[in-house]
Amino acid sequence: MFLINCPFCGEREQSEFKAGGEAHIERPKQPTELSDDEWAEFLFMRKNIKGVQFERWNHAHGCRKWFNIARDTSNDQIKAVYKMGEKPPVK
Amino acid sequence: MSKNLRFKSSKLLDETYRISFKFNNKIYYGYKGDTLASALLANDVHLVGRSFKYHRPRGIMTAGSEEPNAIIQLHDNTSRTEPNVRATEIEIYEGLVASSQNCWPSVNFDIGGINNILSPVLPAGFYYKTFMWPKNFWEKYEYFIRKSAGLGKSPKEADPDIYEHKYIHCDVLIIGAGISGVIAAKMAAKNGLKTLLVDEKSFLGGSTTYDNSEFSKINNQIASSWLEKEVNEISKLENLEIKTRTSVAAFHGYNFLLARENLTDHLPINQRKNKIRHRLLKIRAKKVISATGAIERPLIFDNNDRPGILLSSAIKKYIDLYGVACGENIILFTNNDTAYETAISMTQRGIKVNAIIDNREQVDSKLSYEVEKNNIRIFKGYTVVDTYGYKRINGLSIMKLSKDGQKVIGEKIKLSCDSLGVSGGWTPSVHLFTQSGGKLKFREEDQVFIPSKYPSDQLCIGSCNGDFTIEEITANTILSIKKFLNIKNTNYKTLEIMTGINKSKRNIWLLPSDKILGKTKSFVDYQNDATAKDIKLALREGFRSIEHVKRYTTTGMGTDQGKLGNMHALGIISETAGTKMGEHGTTTFRPPYTPLTFGTIVGRNVGKFFDIIRRTPIHDWHVINNAKFENVGQWKRAWYYPKENENMHQAVQRESKAARDCAGILDASTLGKIDIQGTDASEFLNRVYTNAWSKLAIGKCRYGLMLNEDGMVYDDGVTTRLDENHYIMTTTTGGAANVLGKLEDYLQTEWPELDVYLSSVTDHYATISVCGPHSKKIVSKVIPNLDFSDEKFPHMSFKNAKIGEIKCRVMRISFTGEQSYEINIQSNYGKSVWEKCMEAGKNFDITPYGTETMHLLRAEKGFIIVGQDTDATMTPIDLQMDWIVSKKKYDFIGKRSLYRSDTIKEDRKQLVGLLTENPEEVLEEGAQIVTDIKKSPIEMLGHVTSSYYSPNLNKSIALGVVKGGKKMLGQKLIIPMENKNINVTVADPVFLDKEGKRLNAKL
Amino acid sequence: MKNKYSIFSLIKNAFSYHENWEKAWKDPEPKKQYDAIIVGGGGHGLATAYYLAKKHNMKNIAVVEKGWIGGGNTGRNTTIIRSNYLWDASASLYDHALKIWEGLSQELNYNVMFSQRGVMNLAHNLQDVRDLKRRTHANRLNGIDAVYLNTEEVKKFCPIINTSQDIRYPVLGGTLQRRAGTARHDAVAWGYARGADEMGVDIIQNCEVKGIKRNGDKVEGIETTKGFIKTKKIGVVAAGHSSVIANMVGLKLPLESKPLQALVSEPVKPIIDTVVMSNAVHAYVSQSDKGELVIGAGTDDYISYSQKGSHDIVEGTLNAILELYPIFSRMRMLRQWGGIVDICPDASPIISKTSVKGLYFNCGWGTGGFKATPGSGDLFAHTIANDEPHKLNAAFNLNRFVSGDLVDEHGAAAVAH
Repeated sequence: MFLINCPFCGEREQSEFKAGGEAHIERPKQPTELSDDEWAEFLFMRKNIKGVQFERWNHAHGCRKWFNIARDTSNDQIKAVYKMGEKPPVK
Repeated sequence: MSKNLRFKSSKLLDETYRISFKFNNKIYYGYKGDTLASALLANDVHLVGRSFKYHRPRGIMTAGSEEPNAIIQLHDNTSRTEPNVRATEIEIYEGLVASSQNCWPSVNFDIGGINNILSPVLPAGFYYKTFMWPKNFWEKYEYFIRKSAGLGKSPKEADPDIYEHKYIHCDVLIIGAGISGVIAAKMAAKNGLKTLLVDEKSFLGGSTTYDNSEFSKINNQIASSWLEKEVNEISKLENLEIKTRTSVAAFHGYNFLLARENLTDHLPINQRKNKIRHRLLKIRAKKVISATGAIERPLIFDNNDRPGILLSSAIKKYIDLYGVACGENIILFTNNDTAYETAISMTQRGIKVNAIIDNREQVDSKLSYEVEKNNIRIFKGYTVVDTYGYKRINGLSIMKLSKDGQKVIGEKIKLSCDSLGVSGGWTPSVHLFTQSGGKLKFREEDQVFIPSKYPSDQLCIGSCNGDFTIEEITANTILSIKKFLNIKNTNYKTLEIMTGINKSKRNIWLLPSDKILGKTKSFVDYQNDATAKDIKLALREGFRSIEHVKRYTTTGMGTDQGKLGNMHALGIISETAGTKMGEHGTTTFRPPYTPLTFGTIVGRNVGKFFDIIRRTPIHDWHVINNAKFENVGQWKRAWYYPKENENMHQAVQRESKAARDCAGILDASTLGKIDIQGTDASEFLNRVYTNAWSKLAIGKCRYGLMLNEDGMVYDDGVTTRLDENHYIMTTTTGGAANVLGKLEDYLQTEWPELDVYLSSVTDHYATISVCGPHSKKIVSKVIPNLDFSDEKFPHMSFKNAKIGEIKCRVMRISFTGEQSYEINIQSNYGKSVWEKCMEAGKNFDITPYGTETMHLLRAEKGFIIVGQDTDATMTPIDLQMDWIVSKKKYDFIGKRSLYRSDTIKEDRKQLVGLLTENPEEVLEEGAQIVTDIKKSPIEMLGHVTSSYYSPNLNKSIALGVVKGGKKMLGQKLIIPMENKNINVTVADPVFLDKEGKRLNAKL
Repeated sequence: MKNKYSIFSLIKNAFSYHENWEKAWKDPEPKKQYDAIIVGGGGHGLATAYYLAKKHNMKNIAVVEKGWIGGGNTGRNTTIIRSNYLWDASASLYDHALKIWEGLSQELNYNVMFSQRGVMNLAHNLQDVRDLKRRTHANRLNGIDAVYLNTEEVKKFCPIINTSQDIRYPVLGGTLQRRAGTARHDAVAWGYARGADEMGVDIIQNCEVKGIKRNGDKVEGIETTKGFIKTKKIGVVAAGHSSVIANMVGLKLPLESKPLQALVSEPVKPIIDTVVMSNAVHAYVSQSDKGELVIGAGTDDYISYSQKGSHDIVEGTLNAILELYPIFSRMRMLRQWGGIVDICPDASPIISKTSVKGLYFNCGWGTGGFKATPGSGDLFAHTIANDEPHKLNAAFNLNRFVSGDLVDEHGAAAVAH
């Protein structure tokens, strides 16, 4: 069980958080303009990276805030934590 | 044959406290402080159990948690019975009852011993090659295989003991209180760090506790005496918490560790009542220091498994710590100096050492000179080639090793003995280190794997780090702890060490024999009976990776997890394959280090604490009024209220009729309630619901349907506009938390520009729904100062009101199709308002109804229940709810998905009503729907989602989803049941009052 | 045939102290070129190679495996085999596999120990009951042997379950598929490897794929740690690592790889002789032939390739175990481990062609791929050999995520294991 440094509450057990999958997949502003393929790309297709991945987490049993982290999925080491709307750190 | 082999007092034992215990129905005695193993050995009992596969007699082999053989059933046939308990770990107490396992009828005469005779046809993996004929007979073979497998017996009763969890946060955790752990603890605590020191034993000090020899001294004191003072000193340190009988089970990432603190297993049963048995410590340590020690290696030779064969260090421990001799005529067999320490301990106590067999040609250390001085024969350059005695070793034969150690040469010499101590050097206990993700490196000179790369802020010290003499241990521990904890000064810098040990070693993984390998039984894994020839067979058959060999031969898969034999398996593999150690991998050590009781892992969360129970504020009233309850998520909801002899059907029929004919009252408090505020609240609702919200007037209510982004129905409920920028949303009972989570997600991550705030208020309000033609009269009595006239308070609207001085919200909304009012009031007034409603409704036959009646009533109206009439494959169009999907709105969650090539198909499964040919026949929910029963394979068009007997319509009604159902109105379909086919007709899903007249009906 | 396995060959070999057994499979270096290469030497990959050679006469093929065969999820699962799935497409897919299981030991001349001890699924709330009944009816009409049991019948079939109605989530009923059961996981990989090897398939271990070479929209070969290997057809069966391979050609898949954990207890004499699964009180348990209780936990909710999950998941699972089997409180956990499972949004697999010609994917089995091993291999072999799916795997294409025609097994509340 890793520790996540919630940008609003500080370091907490991972069990307080809910994972929200890959980050920086923006919901299309004009979904009706998209083809079925493009919509499916947004809905389902994921990089599912082995290595450092930017991903969304929610402090579900704490402040309920969403934020992003950069985590190495091959060993679960967290490299950085950053707020929603902020740019991901350079690797 | 009961001899007394206890010869001298020891400081661990309390000899004034004699304890009687039973082993295999015989009474024996020991002392407080004894383990079951030491007490049995004191009574000259070596034969303890039978091995897994060949049922060979096995004795006590070690003095610790690495024990593969001496595992017993504790308190058989009682509620405290426990299988596979290691006799070497358990401390005896008055009344202990232990018995041998995996033998029948007894450990002395075991029918299963026949497997030993059949062993030539039972090589590793034999079961993959046979039991295939005749076909389908496997289960019959398997029946007998299963019966003979297994070790102890599972308990058959519930556990009378209790367990608990405790979280510990510390600066430094030190695992193992041997000499290096004690030094580390003192250094850490004295430097102001919050330190936790744990050890699996009942005492501190590890093996140095009984290192009483003149040949190992610290600052000119006998090592054990020096350490005793240190132990006394640290016991008083403020920053240091010490936990004995505490075994670290798992070392996870981010320095999260699990340890089991054993609190009562050493107490007599009658003293355990109401005490916590084990405490699971969940430790988060900033730094972890592993001082987990090392385990002595056995040696691999023919028949190396007989009772009476022990690790030489175990023999020493039984003598020095427990005052027990493991025999009266002992031989030691070694490839290093360790056995000489044992020999010296024995001669000091006057126990006969018959001989030392040493693999090494050259032996010269202070220890060996001392041994030779005592006239003990040393056979240098020799190996044991065989042992004799079935249930106890009575002799062995030895031969000279060739120069390269690959062969034996010369004459065979027979020697007699009643016990054999073996020492193959030491294996660092790196289990926890590797569990944490640590990487090992191989040290050639003494053939050990030692820690190399640390994955977290941690350190290994002492013999688990590959330091095997007290000289190395103390020097390296002090040095590395200073660096690791950033300590400048320590009072340890002047330690003067004297040791007699010479580190030379002659490592031969598989000792040669005068027999061909195929005729030998040289055990590598004692418990699972995996031998050296099994490992070679696996390699011959193409298994190369250690994981393959391990799985094929079951080496290292026993309850000891290969603590003794894994290294030899690796060694034999690399020797046979001609590769370097580690090239075929080291097997992954998986948690736990020693087996961990399920009850310990679960702690207090059993029985009524298994999961929380959510009760509504009106719950107690339901209980008093005989409600039956239904679990909905964590909620207890009143299901129905049977009167006297009513069964469920009768109760529901009565309640349903009453709700339509007079008045019904429902506790709807469990529905999710989300308070939504902010200047963009309307826009937010526009985006999350399928219908339009901008024009909803203040004081009005609207039903909304929420989709997933994939277009499938997710949740539904009524949302009320309380004010310009203030809404209250209701969700389904089960969906409340998920809906809030989803809304927060969109709000925070996709639409941060919206000024909207969400708050769950589910638990803040009690919700009482009064419905039926008399409902208005009843609520008017409860809230007399509110105008309930249809003009002022029409359907789908809301009013603020007061009951007495207490504010409440009243919504006129309906899930039953009847005129219906919903009072929302602060939770703690819920029960009293409910009672007021009951009182006010007395003259109108107000009838409390539960969820079952609610489901029936809404089905009469064709209202869906998300999760029952929908699964994750239904769109609103499929539900024939096109009316709620706004065509005008540019976007809402899930909109785009409704126009994919599959979701726009016209013949998707669609919600319809179903009427049975026989109006008395009630369909089974979940039953499948077809058109043609003769077709093969039969084509299923859909299934029945909801089905009831309607007392208001006097017939059976059902909802279902049917492929292309929208266009099938009036069509006949078939429900094929196991024993009959039921004819149904597709109908409009609204069975009652399609025009909605009842919403305003007056009586 | 190589030396055939039987009791007679065991006795015969006993006379020569088992020193004359042949290798179960060779350990060749890769050739320069193959007609097809299977990436991933787990059960599914080895089965694919076996059926390509056996049914489609493709002998010049190789299986490349990063580690050792059967070392991924094949060797880490709880070995449950069943086919009582809800949707027609799933039911026929898994029952196809189940039928092959029934004769697999004989076909491979390798005892995979398929034991039809039954699988029971429990219901703990009224919606569970509806869902299980719905599934049972569908199974019956699909020719799958599932029956619904009431609480007494559940108790009768597995007496150690706590069926008291006073517990937090009492057992309200269950379903039973008698043809379902368990098998020996390692044996499946080894048996298929031995069978494929005999037909000339090269099984290349310790060979990691580093890249896929493509020419326009066609594949040309794979870059590996043992060099470049030319081929026109690549079948990827890399389970948790499927996305890693897909990313090599710039493809994205609808997958997330998550930790799934399991554990075993110390071995004891027979105490439970069937497989019991529960969704609402999340736990499933069976007992291995060795006597260990084999217990499956759920997945964590985050992506990870670390083969480690969080302790909370294990604790929660044992919580559920003790709720249903209070007698196991004093049993001890011997070993726990994790695997990496690739999960599709609809909890159904993908056995499909891709937009790249000659590149095929078999993935997304999530938490329940072991049971499908023989069927999956058979159908994937068909798909690769014919460049089009078999009718049994047609529904499990990649395009369903575009059209919306999902096979939603977890949405249908079936236990997704």
